[in-house]
Amino acid sequence: MFSYCSDPSTLEGLTWLSCYLTTGKHMGLYISVVTVLVLLAITAPVALLFGFAGATAARSRIAPLRWLGKGYTAIVRGVPDIAFFLFFVIALDQAFEWLRHQVKCPDWDAPVRQGNDFVVCDIAKLPLSSSPQWVHETYGFFLAVLTFSIVFGAFASNVLFGAMRAVPQAQLETAEAYGMTRRQTFWRILVPQMWVYALPGLSNLWMVLIKATPLLFLLGIEDIVYWARELGGTKNPKFTDYPHGDWRMWYFLALLVFYLTFTKVSEVVLDRLMKKLTHGQATSGGEAQRKAAA
Amino acid sequence: MSCWITIQDYAFRSIGFGERLLPREDFTLCQQFTLIGSGMIWNIYFGVLALLAGFFLAVALAVGKNAKSPLVRKPAEWFIFVFRGSPLFIQFFFAYFLFLSLKQAVPIFAPFTAAWLGALVVLFFNTAAYSGEIFYGALLSIPKGDTEAADAYGMSGWSRFRRIVFPTMMRLAWPAYTNEAIFLFHATTLVYFSGFPTLKQKGDALYYASYFADKTFNPFIPYPILAGYFIILTLIIVGLMGLINKRLNRHLPQERRGKMKFRLNLIR
Amino acid sequence: MKKLILSTAALALTAGFAMADVVRMGTEGAYAPWNFVNDAGEIDGFERELGDELCKRAELKCEWVKNDWDSIIPNLVSGNYDTIIAGMSITAERDEVIDFTQAYTPPDPSAYLALDAGLDVEGAVVAAQATTIQAAFVAEKGWTLIEFATPEETVAAVKNGEADAVLADKSFLDTMAGQDGLVMLERKEAIGGGVGMGIRESDGDLRAKFDAAIQSMKDDGTLNTLIAKWEVSSQW
Repeated sequence: MFSYCSDPSTLEGLTWLSCYLTTGKHMGLYISVVTVLVLLAITAPVALLFGFAGATAARSRIAPLRWLGKGYTAIVRGVPDIAFFLFFVIALDQAFEWLRHQVKCPDWDAPVRQGNDFVVCDIAKLPLSSSPQWVHETYGFFLAVLTFSIVFGAFASNVLFGAMRAVPQAQLETAEAYGMTRRQTFWRILVPQMWVYALPGLSNLWMVLIKATPLLFLLGIEDIVYWARELGGTKNPKFTDYPHGDWRMWYFLALLVFYLTFTKVSEVVLDRLMKKLTHGQATSGGEAQRKAAA
Repeated sequence: MSCWITIQDYAFRSIGFGERLLPREDFTLCQQFTLIGSGMIWNIYFGVLALLAGFFLAVALAVGKNAKSPLVRKPAEWFIFVFRGSPLFIQFFFAYFLFLSLKQAVPIFAPFTAAWLGALVVLFFNTAAYSGEIFYGALLSIPKGDTEAADAYGMSGWSRFRRIVFPTMMRLAWPAYTNEAIFLFHATTLVYFSGFPTLKQKGDALYYASYFADKTFNPFIPYPILAGYFIILTLIIVGLMGLINKRLNRHLPQERRGKMKFRLNLIR
Repeated sequence: MKKLILSTAALALTAGFAMADVVRMGTEGAYAPWNFVNDAGEIDGFERELGDELCKRAELKCEWVKNDWDSIIPNLVSGNYDTIIAGMSITAERDEVIDFTQAYTPPDPSAYLALDAGLDVEGAVVAAQATTIQAAFVAEKGWTLIEFATPEETVAAVKNGEADAVLADKSFLDTMAGQDGLVMLERKEAIGGGVGMGIRESDGDLRAKFDAAIQSMKDDGTLNTLIAKWEVSSQW
């Protein structure tokens, strides 16, 4: 990276460290930190969408839809999430390939599951085996986002379902008295008002989501855990210019600090948001604000 | 008939009894049920011990966080923040490598690098921090009248805590604490996927489930089996904790008794 | 090594399917000197050089992919990459799932690394990487096996006393012997065949190309030079 890094064996102290921390390998670590942030940025809204759909379904008047919504949350929440992460990635991948297989190769007569192999025709492969590396990586990342969204969507659905029920009944009755249809009441009265009730649950969920990101490691994505383990391991002078002993403890300590900082910052931001949202609301939080001001 | 033999061979495989070699080919449903069930022994071991030990530390942390003296309050606050603010997965990794380094300096730490003790310690601290926060929340919402009445009776210090504060705190915290317990049992599945090595292929339920998924390349059998076991375990926990909840609330009139509400499974 | 005869059936199977423009080479990237990630973050080592040369001779465009060892075969089968070139010994068990090219290094015994030269491995705790021939060997013998996901961790386990010895390919352990008090034991285990490239069973065409390329490198001696350069095994 820096010009003085050409012969690291002569360097010492901070200069050595500055070279060491900017090797191409460490860039991999920094990129994976960005990956985590991107994952959070995409997953949060998508999971919210899933959750909204789930909660709406659970409130539906149509019984099968209601069962679907309730079943979705109940199943995902009753089982260790890590099992879902291990399960969904393979299952989703195979499901997509199977669907494409049905469409693209209708006259394939061999069974798809042959003993230990899962065989689909070549053009149904996802991604195509001839596509470049970045497509494969993006596909893996996409599967991860989808898995996270499904799991967290179930939690969000639960929170939103509770929030919808927390909106005072009088509000809905008033809407009905004004002659609004069920749909209008839902979109114009219920949805705008439910957020303040949902926020505590959602911010808790956000914290949980942050803390779930290292599980990316289990999905076979080269994430921070992978790099911390790889970079921290003992380095042999034969194969590197920066030999060192077993530093994994320090790398994981750094990760620990990273996550603690991240949660702390989120906590502060969410607290402010909550204060803003409760302002003037007929909740105990809003009441407390009013009293403090008076 | 042959399934009975499989059960004999593998029912206690996870703690080192029975057939040594794991099945290699021609995997049967029976083998998957037995081995994954066998792995549940570890999940229960970690969960039960961490929960029992964590309970006492949690009470101490809650009282500590509520203390006036910053000398007591600050450490409790920090302990709770560190364990609640970082992913359990990273805690496992870090703890494993920390114990490795400690072991070089102090031989006493030697057994801590094995999952049965090292991971248990992490889970113990972790659940203590989460439950500590729950108990602290309950401590803050103890009705003012209760403590005032205690004061009026001339109670103070230990007897006031033991007779009034502690029982009420438990009663208020119990539903949330039940969730924490469920949560903890689910978290035990992380142990063998973090730094801690698997000795002699003695792993937990998820270790065997992913073993089968790897070998058969078919996730649709082992993971649902695992899920089934966990749902049963969750129901048992809910049942047991419900009984305790009933006892905690037995002096209240029927309609005021705390209803149990469950928010299952949030990842840490 | 005798030349392998191409099976026409395999060719017929892939006929009509245009050869992929890019051949994706899957490796672990954690097994120096065979394959590892260098300071620049690129895959390096014996197999990197070998693979690049093979691709040149077979006139293929190759791309390198890293994958964890424990899922390296499933991911080949499911088509995430086209070959495994990761110091993988040819065994009958693996051969049932995937195909191998001819070996590019001769069979070499596996060795033990321990802190105590007089250690009796039969009563000791032996570390090995999960799903390797070495792990299978220790499990079969009924000794105390302790498994790790990466080769690096198996050696670290010996250094910090987690395990008494580690069983792995000799060339891998050679790079560590003599450091931090690690010594190689006298005892060697003759397990596994040579090391070859893993290829999907349906990819006979690709296998033939790599087979021919490996043969040509054997014939003109470049393979031996490369083996000597990286000290990965004995000579052909």
